[in-house]
Amino acid sequence: MQGAIDSNTAAANGHAAVAHEAHEEHQDLRVLGLITFLASEFLMFAGFFAVFLVFRGSAAEWPPKETEVELLLPAVNTLILVSSSWVINLGTKAIKKNDLAGMRKWFGITAAMGAVFLAGQVYEYMNLGYGLRTNLFSNCFYLTTGFHGAHVFIGLVLILGVLWRSRRANHYSDITHTGPEMAEIYWHFVDVVWIVLFTLIYLLTLLN
Amino acid sequence: MAQADVSIKPTEVQGGHGHPDKWKWYDYFTFNVDHKVIGIQYLVTSFLFYLAGGFMAVLMRTELATPDSDFLSPDLYNAFLTNHGTIMIFLWIVPAAIGGFGNFLIPLMIGARDMAFPKLNAIAFWLNPPAGAVLAASFFLGGGAQSGWTSYPPLSEITANLPQTLWCVALVMVGTSSILGSVNFLVTIWKMRIPSMKWDQMPLFCWAMVATSILALFATPVLAAALILLTFDINFGTSFFKPDAGGNVVVYQHLFWFYSHPAVYLMILPIFGIMSEVIPVHARKPIFGYKAIAYSSLTICLVGLFVWVHHMFTSGTAPWMRIFFTISTLIVAVPTGVKIFSWVATLWGGKIRYTTAMLFAVGLLSMFVFGGLSGVTLGAAPFDIHVHDTYYVVGHFHYVLFGGSVFGIYSGIYHWFPKITGRMLNEPLGKVHFVLTFIGTLLTFTPMHQLGMQGMPRRVAMYDPQFADLNQLVTVGAYILAVSVIPFYFNVIWSWRSGKEAGPNPWNALTLEWTTDSPPIIENWEVLPVLTHGPYEYGMDKANQVGPAGEPTEATQV
Amino acid sequence: MKQIPAPFWTLVLGIAVTLISLWVGQNHNLLPVQASEQAPLVDDLFDVMVTIGTALFIVVQGAIVYSLIRFRQRKGDETDGPPIEGNLPLEAFWTAIPSIIVVGLGLYSVVVFQEMGGFSPGGHHGHGAMVAMAPQQSVIDVAPLMAQMGPGENVDADVYSKAQVYGFGASPLLQLNQPDVTVNVTGMQFAWIFRYPDTGITDGELHIPVGKDVQLNIEAQDVIHSFWVPQFRLKQDALPGEPAELRFVATREGTYPVVCAELCGAYHGGMRTQVIVHSPEDYADWVASRVAEVQTTTTVAQPLETATSAEYLAAIAPDLAKSPVQIAQMDHAQMAQGAAQNP
Repeated sequence: MQGAIDSNTAAANGHAAVAHEAHEEHQDLRVLGLITFLASEFLMFAGFFAVFLVFRGSAAEWPPKETEVELLLPAVNTLILVSSSWVINLGTKAIKKNDLAGMRKWFGITAAMGAVFLAGQVYEYMNLGYGLRTNLFSNCFYLTTGFHGAHVFIGLVLILGVLWRSRRANHYSDITHTGPEMAEIYWHFVDVVWIVLFTLIYLLTLLN
Repeated sequence: MAQADVSIKPTEVQGGHGHPDKWKWYDYFTFNVDHKVIGIQYLVTSFLFYLAGGFMAVLMRTELATPDSDFLSPDLYNAFLTNHGTIMIFLWIVPAAIGGFGNFLIPLMIGARDMAFPKLNAIAFWLNPPAGAVLAASFFLGGGAQSGWTSYPPLSEITANLPQTLWCVALVMVGTSSILGSVNFLVTIWKMRIPSMKWDQMPLFCWAMVATSILALFATPVLAAALILLTFDINFGTSFFKPDAGGNVVVYQHLFWFYSHPAVYLMILPIFGIMSEVIPVHARKPIFGYKAIAYSSLTICLVGLFVWVHHMFTSGTAPWMRIFFTISTLIVAVPTGVKIFSWVATLWGGKIRYTTAMLFAVGLLSMFVFGGLSGVTLGAAPFDIHVHDTYYVVGHFHYVLFGGSVFGIYSGIYHWFPKITGRMLNEPLGKVHFVLTFIGTLLTFTPMHQLGMQGMPRRVAMYDPQFADLNQLVTVGAYILAVSVIPFYFNVIWSWRSGKEAGPNPWNALTLEWTTDSPPIIENWEVLPVLTHGPYEYGMDKANQVGPAGEPTEATQV
Repeated sequence: MKQIPAPFWTLVLGIAVTLISLWVGQNHNLLPVQASEQAPLVDDLFDVMVTIGTALFIVVQGAIVYSLIRFRQRKGDETDGPPIEGNLPLEAFWTAIPSIIVVGLGLYSVVVFQEMGGFSPGGHHGHGAMVAMAPQQSVIDVAPLMAQMGPGENVDADVYSKAQVYGFGASPLLQLNQPDVTVNVTGMQFAWIFRYPDTGITDGELHIPVGKDVQLNIEAQDVIHSFWVPQFRLKQDALPGEPAELRFVATREGTYPVVCAELCGAYHGGMRTQVIVHSPEDYADWVASRVAEVQTTTTVAQPLETATSAEYLAAIAPDLAKSPVQIAQMDHAQMAQGAAQNP
């Protein structure tokens, strides 16, 4: 099919160079791999959400009286998490302009916001007055928010890892910034999951 | 094959030039990132698990040689039936077909030096042996999981809690492995083909792996969700699937089958890919209908995501679902049929070499026709209601998984063993293996259909005396299958050490993996090949003028 | 495709394949006797599938075997076959034919499914649980006994108030609103309990009259079981917490196995009992004798907390069939309730 390309060394070397580069850098591929992985990861949450909706649909009262959710703190938490997505984006924008200090600043703020979110969630858990085992709603509530919280924690570790590595001179620059980019993508993923989760578990209770 | 001469530092692959020419035997037991090493690691471990799962099958068939439950204790029988299914699916067919062949062949077929993410690849493999160890441990810590590979609650929540939890852990591990592997395959096939290879010049095995990977990415996380919920129910006092606390047992079945029906395609799509490689080579004819086969893989992948409820026709399934999923299930038969017809048409008019690889491929074709037809009958809800959860189903899925997937793996091994090891398998011994396997399969799985229709449910350790004759026949067949693996394992071990040297291209095949040495050097080619023809251009001038094929190697080595 | 045989031979082969397939479809003898009104519907569908399947099987396997012989490599021939890469009309043909077959089978399945009553579990056309909720009226000649017993109490009323009921309801062909006999079926490790709310009978075997409209309300006490009578071609999982029903008319007197088809634990294989399809007269006699028995046994029913393996083994002892009461005793809660209501 392909016209017999003259097997000149130039072409062959070109391919070898491509492969070689793939070994060293994987610039675009790692990002692509992460996105593919997160698409898959999202479906695990989709499974949890589907279970939640099925139970919600078949229950007479959802959430039951003794396990109602609080709205104010989670709403504040949502604001924090959603705005942190903007902040981390400022960070990667900064590194793309070779502004390392800017990246470190914005990533630091993002990490702080993530930590506040997690602290807020722990505070919420401690003040709800019911636990994982109380009833089916609390099962769903703690499981989904807990798994999301674990993902926030992983995102936080990724961001701190980027900050740690950024101490090394020239580790990140306007050319090499896959690390911050991946942390950002992961953080957006965590954010998107939270928006769905917040809508299902918190906002839908307003309809009752 | 130059011997490794200086400074053997196997771990320095990454550097690109500091690696040896050839791996030592102990490199295969380490965290090695070479896709070929990983492929071999997958194949060898999965063949070991195959023996374990087969051993359980033989013990179960021995129990079933008589109507009474008189050989194994009922708990042990259930533990065997659970782990037989689990091992054969998750630690044998999936890792062998996807992990083994996929990892070994994909980079070689698309002209890449390795997978996109070699380290991730190694991590994915190294999740498998511990998963097997966890399953083995579950036998010593409470007698093994006993509620079937489906592990439906509430049974799975009240039976053997610790082994059941370990079972969940093992499955989450292999599931994670499968997801990581799929990410790797998709990105590799998408981005790392040699620039001269267009999508429609990829070998069909690559297309099959694309479909497989998409399916695994979509379905596996849902299984993880189900298993996490089940684990929480068992260990942390939640009640997702506990009816007396408001939970719902049917929800688990939906989550489980949303993964586990696609899992059937995970086990057969790569095999379809192997078929599309083996048949043209040994029939010396281009594959018939390349595009139809490629697109039918994607169609199966897509439709396969929407048929899961056919496993639940007798469960808590609303009437409209029974109808919707009857129709969608029957539709899957069309793309599958297209593949079968295409392979038959590839045979038609060819010059068929009776190699063992080809015998297994044709054997698969033959088995799959029957398994596919019985599958269509099962898709029709009114009939499925009669035979659901009976030996009819057991017969059907062994026809497609043993007669299909396992035959395909055997075929692939006979076909690519020369490439993997540099040596030929012994052909006469291979033919003995084939004949034993073929007869054993027919004897074991054909009578099961009749047993099921007559009234024998599956997963029983004791049965009605009227079914004794057929069951004894099945048991004899199972013993023949057990014996059939002896010539195979002997052949592999013996040939690996002292088989006939294969050379780069013993079958005169046209896909890229045959353009390098056997076994391929580390990083696959000295200089990457350039595509001069499609993967299946048999009988065309380019491929066949001077002693068929073979030229690609020379052409690209210049 | 030059190798396609001449038209004459194609025709002869076609006729032969058709005849063989038709014969196989009618004479495979793979299914057990038919004992319900649904059975012939299912079997006809299966026969059609076997006929089509046989034809496809012969054609495809024939093509494979023919190819293997006709197109084998000849000695010394190291050349390749002809470079045929496809044939669009042929590919379109073998995509279209299975599509038509499959759509046809799908439609046929829907028709059979509807005639079997698949669209109306839990009342007509799936609208709630009207039938199950309605007061049970027996229309067969056990009316005097019922009057004596008082109206049967449906102990499962709360379960059946759920919106969704699974299984098979009344066939639309029957045009009946009320089943003639209602039986509440409970699956438990490892036995089936049959309770007749009309008469208060509890039994370890299912007794039904031939030719009457029977409704089984199926549930499970512990884990999932599956109620299967092969001769009826009917199966329905017994799901804890999810009501299901099977409605059918038995058409043939006799004794048939009731099999548990869903793995339910160590002794799943032994979880079997029988359904006895009586003539209407025999059925009335059986009801009368059991009603008399019930009144004496309920007072001595002993509560048992759980069905252990030991009790199970006792329960599957051969003399079980003669004394279903033993199993009945296992179901303590309902019996105690029944005793309280019918002193």
